[in-house]
Amino acid sequence: MDIKVISAITPSPTPVMLDDRDTALVTEIQTGLPLSVTPYADVGRQVGMSEAEVIKRLERLLQQRVIKRLGVVVRHHELGYRANAMTVWNIPDEIVSELGSCIGRFEFVTLCYRRPRRLPDWPYNLFTMIHGRDRDEVLSNIQLLAQRCGLASIQYEILFSKRRFKQRGAIYTTSRVAPQAVRQG
Amino acid sequence: MDAIDRDIINTLQSGFPICERPYAEAAAALGIEEAELLQRLKQLLADNKLSRFGPMYQAEKLGGAFSLAAMQVPEEEYDNVAQVVNSYPEVAHNYQREHAFNMWFVLATETPQRVDEVNADIARRTGLPVFNMPKLKEYYVGLRLTAES
Repeated sequence: MDIKVISAITPSPTPVMLDDRDTALVTEIQTGLPLSVTPYADVGRQVGMSEAEVIKRLERLLQQRVIKRLGVVVRHHELGYRANAMTVWNIPDEIVSELGSCIGRFEFVTLCYRRPRRLPDWPYNLFTMIHGRDRDEVLSNIQLLAQRCGLASIQYEILFSKRRFKQRGAIYTTSRVAPQAVRQG
Repeated sequence: MDAIDRDIINTLQSGFPICERPYAEAAAALGIEEAELLQRLKQLLADNKLSRFGPMYQAEKLGGAFSLAAMQVPEEEYDNVAQVVNSYPEVAHNYQREHAFNMWFVLATETPQRVDEVNADIARRTGLPVFNMPKLKEYYVGLRLTAES
């Protein structure tokens, strides 16, 4: 049998051009900011920049969305969100953006992505991640979504997680900045 | 975790100041002292309540790629297949889920091509098809989990 990868089109948006100093900065803080009174000055000392230069570059990297945000990165499970359901929806292409935007506005929806269908095995094109303290809370949130966004006639499935094998922290390689483990693909 | 810890987590999920004394500025907004904020962040990290304090990058802007991939793995082969998949440093997460598609993993790679290489390699080594499901559009960016008591 010819074992293959089912469609392998991985989108590649145009990367932002970073100079060597940006790369040094991004690499230096990838595992976290110093927990010190003047973290940006301390980072600057490590990479040979003034505090002002670090601040200026970080502001630009945020503006360019290279850095999505600065702040705390939480662990769901340890915060008491023990149920984690990926809910997938089969939404007609012409209304998927409208419904995706509606779903993405709810506070309990932590991710809302459009992905390709893999017919005939996989008909779903909208993926939402819903965390909750338990299954009942997740299920009632999904009911609420269905009502508020008009999803009553939309086919969907809920995939609860059973085991988490791996959740790594930031891993960057040296030569260039490798993708950060942000949260979801 | 007490009310102040929860306030810190809820507030600092949406941003952190870029200025000379950012912890002082953030602490003032939270109504606590700079030293207390630093101490509490250290403790939350040590207790594993937080995985990190710092930047969240958008991999695609750095030339890298993310992708979600799924497999339908027979129960008796599950642990062996998981071992193969988890052996790749590019695999950032791997979850077992209750579905015929029961293995879901996220690849974080330096280049888009590498996603396809790793998936092909996993398919070859396990003898099972790998369904690549890259993100086409994101309808929501933030992460707003509320830490409550």
